[in-house]
Amino acid sequence: MSTNVSKDVSKERPVTDKRDEGDRDESQRRQKEMIGDHFQKLARAKEEGKKVVYTFVPGNLTELLGALDLLPVLPEINALQSGMRGRSGKYIAEAEKAGHSEDVCTYVKCDLGMIKSGNIGPTGQKLPPPDLLLLSYTGCFTFLKWFELLREEYQCPVVMLHVPYQPDGEITDEMRAYVVDQLKNEVIPALEKLAGKKLDLDELSRRMQLSAKAEEDLVWVWESARHKPSPIDGYFGGVYYTGPIFSSFRGTDDAVDYYKLLRGEIEQRIARGEGPTTPDGPMGKEKYRLVVEGPPNWTNFFDFWRMFSREGAVVVASSYTRVGGLYDLGFRHDPQKPIESLADYCLGCYTNLGLPSRLGLLEKYVREYQADGFLINSVKSCNSFSVGQLLMLRELEKRTGVPGGFIESDLVDPRYFGKANIENRVQSYLQMLEARMNRRAS
Amino acid sequence: MIESHDPFNAILQKARALVDDRKLEAVKAWKAAHPGALAIGHMPVWSPRALVEGMGALPVSYFGGGDQVDVIKGDAYFQSYICHIPRSTIEQALAGDLDALDGMMFPAICDVIRNLGGMWKMLFPEKLSFYLDLPQNFDPAIGGKFFALELKRLVRELEKRGAPKFDRDRMRAAIADENERRAALVELDELRRKEPHRMRASEAYIAVRAGGMMTAKEHTAMLRALLDAAKSRPARKFDNVRVVLVGSFCEQPPVDLVVTLERSGCDIIDDDLQLGMRMIEGPIDLDAAEDPVDCIALAYLRKGAASASRYIADLVKGRPLVEKVRQSGAEGVVFAAASFCDPALLDQPMLEAALTKEGIPFTTMKFAENTGQFQVIREQAGAFSDSVKLWGAA
Ligand code: SF4
Ligand code: SF4
Repeated sequence: MSTNVSKDVSKERPVTDKRDEGDRDESQRRQKEMIGDHFQKLARAKEEGKKVVYTFVPGNLTELLGALDLLPVLPEINALQSGMRGRSGKYIAEAEKAGHSEDVCTYVKCDLGMIKSGNIGPTGQKLPPPDLLLLSYTGCFTFLKWFELLREEYQCPVVMLHVPYQPDGEITDEMRAYVVDQLKNEVIPALEKLAGKKLDLDELSRRMQLSAKAEEDLVWVWESARHKPSPIDGYFGGVYYTGPIFSSFRGTDDAVDYYKLLRGEIEQRIARGEGPTTPDGPMGKEKYRLVVEGPPNWTNFFDFWRMFSREGAVVVASSYTRVGGLYDLGFRHDPQKPIESLADYCLGCYTNLGLPSRLGLLEKYVREYQADGFLINSVKSCNSFSVGQLLMLRELEKRTGVPGGFIESDLVDPRYFGKANIENRVQSYLQMLEARMNRRAS
Repeated sequence: MIESHDPFNAILQKARALVDDRKLEAVKAWKAAHPGALAIGHMPVWSPRALVEGMGALPVSYFGGGDQVDVIKGDAYFQSYICHIPRSTIEQALAGDLDALDGMMFPAICDVIRNLGGMWKMLFPEKLSFYLDLPQNFDPAIGGKFFALELKRLVRELEKRGAPKFDRDRMRAAIADENERRAALVELDELRRKEPHRMRASEAYIAVRAGGMMTAKEHTAMLRALLDAAKSRPARKFDNVRVVLVGSFCEQPPVDLVVTLERSGCDIIDDDLQLGMRMIEGPIDLDAAEDPVDCIALAYLRKGAASASRYIADLVKGRPLVEKVRQSGAEGVVFAAASFCDPALLDQPMLEAALTKEGIPFTTMKFAENTGQFQVIREQAGAFSDSVKLWGAA
C-alpha cells in the first residue's frame, strides 16, 4: 500500500486536475520536482554505479538506505502511478495473460505487467532493475509473494525483514527485539555489502533527526483538519501530503523543506478561512466532514475525489494516509536510538494493527475531528485492508452514533470502478447525512 | 458412501463422522470426560498441537463449515471477493456451533486469517483469540528466539484460561505422542504412494483430518488400525495417472471433489490438503533443547515444509514440488486452490514455471469449500489424465 503521487499525468490522460494547469501550490510544484529528481537519479543509477533497492512503503527503511547511499524504488508507487496514468488495465491484462489469477492483488499484477512492458516508470524513463529486494514484510502477506515473483523475474537477492503483527495493539519487547535482531544481523550487513561500505550510525541518526522534523510538520498538517472549515482534505489531498514522507524522501532536507512549505500554505489558508484545494480549484462551502477507511481508487482518482468535493464533502481524517506510519499517535524517528526506532516504525504502520486497534483509531478520528459520517472504500485487491471492514462499519456506527457508508472499488483495476454505481452510492449517502444533519439542527 | 462391512471401512466411517461433526459433539464429549480441561480450536494451516496437548488441553483443528453449512449471516461480514472459509467460520461461531471451544488460534498464514482473528476478538471477547505469529526468519538465534517466546506466550495464555501449569515432562510426553502420530502418517503416505488402490486420497484425507478432533495418541491408534486394515483389504488396482494435488492447504475442497478427481482417472498420491498435520517434516527432536517448547520452535524452523505462507529464503522456488513429484513417481500435478486464496494463487505461477522447466504436466482449477457442481472438474481432470496417459504431457 502506498500514497505517493506524482502529478505527471497529462501526457497519457486528458487533464482532469485543474492544478495541473498552473494553479498549483508551491508545495506541489516542489514535490513534483523532488519526484522528478529522484527518477532522474534512478535513470542514471547504472551508469553512475549506484545500487538500487526495491522495497515497500509500509515499514520502509528510507533513512537506512539513504545513509548507505542506496536508491529506493517502491513498486507500489509505480503501480498506483500506472493506475493514474491509465495504464494499469493493460498491465493487469498482460499479467493475467501470463497466468496470474484474476482473484489476486492488482498492485502485484500491475507491477508484473509493467515489467513485461519494459519497466517504464512514471516519468517515461526506464526503471533500473533491482540490485536487491528488501522485503520489509509488514502489514501485508502479499508482499512476500510479490517479491518472490520479482526474484524470479530479476534473479537478484532478497533480504527479509519480518515484522510481527500487533494483534493486541501493543509493541512488546519480544517483537522489538526480533526486528532489531534482524536489522542488526541480516538487513544491515546485506545492505552494507551491497553498498560496499559500513553503515555510519551518526549519518543514520542525522537522517532520523530530519525525519522527526518532517514528521512533526506532517502531524500538524493532518491535525489542521480539526479546524472548521478544514483547510485540507485528509484523504484525496492527504495522499499528496504523505507522498514525500512515505517514500524516498524521509530523512532528507528536501522532505523537511517540503513540509515546512506545506505547513506555511495551510497556515495561510486557515488565516483566510479557506477550505482545501480540489481538482476544480478551491472547494466551496464545507457541508460534510467525513472520515474514510481504506485506500482510494487510482484509475479514476479525480472523478472519485470530485464526487465528494463538488458536494462540499471534505475528508478530515483517513486511515490510508497512516499506512506509512502513525505519527499522530506520537511516534517519531528517534536519532538517539536509531535501530530500535526503525523497528518501532515498522511495527507501528496502520495495516500492521489488529482490527480492534484500527477500529479504535477510526473512532478517535470521528470524535476528535468532529466528523458527520464515515465511509469505507473497500478495495478488491487488498485483503489486508478489506477483511473485517463490514464488522468495523457496524461497530463504528454503534460506538459513535455516526452513520457509515460502504462502497467497493479497486486500487488499479479499472474493471472494478463502476463510476455510475459509486456516484449513486456516494450521493445517496451524502443525502442521508444531510437529512440527518437537518433533523438534528431543527 | 462408505460401507462398514470390513474393518477398513468401519474405521473410516468413524473418521468421517468426526470430519462431519459440525457442532463439535466429539469435543463436547471429550470435555465432559475431562472436566475443567480446555478445548482450543485452530485455523489452518499449522498450529503447535503438541504444545496445546502438553498443556492438558484438546487442540481442535477447524477448517470452516465445508459444504454442509448454509452461510447466511457469515456473508454479511465479508465482501464477495474474499474466500469462503471465514464466512462459514463466522456463521458457525455466531450460530453457537463452536461453543465447545474455549478459544481459537489464528496462525499467521494470510491477511484473511489474520483479520479474522481480530473479528473473533471483537465478536467473542470472552473467548481466547490467539494470533500465532509464525517466524519468517529461520536463524535459531533470531527467528527461533522470537518463535519460542511466541509459543511461551501461548503457554501463559492457556494458563490464564485455566490450563494446568506448564510442566516439562507433560510437554515432552505430548511431543513424543505427536512424533508417534507423525511416524504413522509417514507410513500412511508411503502406502498411498506405493499402493494407491489400498488407500485412496479421499480415504487418507478423511483419516488424517479426523485426527484434528482427537489427541495425537488416539489418532495414532486409529491410523495404525487403518493401516493394518488397508494392507489386508481386498482392493482393485486402477489404471490411473499418478498426480500430486497442490494448493488446498487451507480452505478444503468438498470430499466429493477429491472423489471426482479419483473417478476421473487420477491417483492422488500426495497432496497438501492436511498440510498442518505434516508441516513438521519428521519428528520434533526432543534433544534439540532443554526446554521442550524450544524444541517445537526449532522443529518448525528446521523441518518446516515448503508452503505458500513460508518465506522461501535461499531455496529455489518450486524445487520441493518438483522433488516431491520425482520421488513419488507422480506423472503430473493438479493445482486446486480456493477461489480468492492469495497465497495459493500468487504461488501457483511460480510453481507452474518450475514444473514447465522440468516438463512435468499440470492442470489448474479453483473451488470453494461449498462447491456443489463437479461436472466441469470431472471433464477437466478426465481430459488431463487421458492426455498424460497418451502423451505423458497435458
Ligand atoms: S494486498 Fe493490499 S497492502 Fe498488500 S500489496 Fe496488495 S494492495 Fe498493498
Ligand atoms: S483460503 Fe487462502 S486466502 Fe482464504 S483464509 Fe485460507 S489461506 Fe487465506
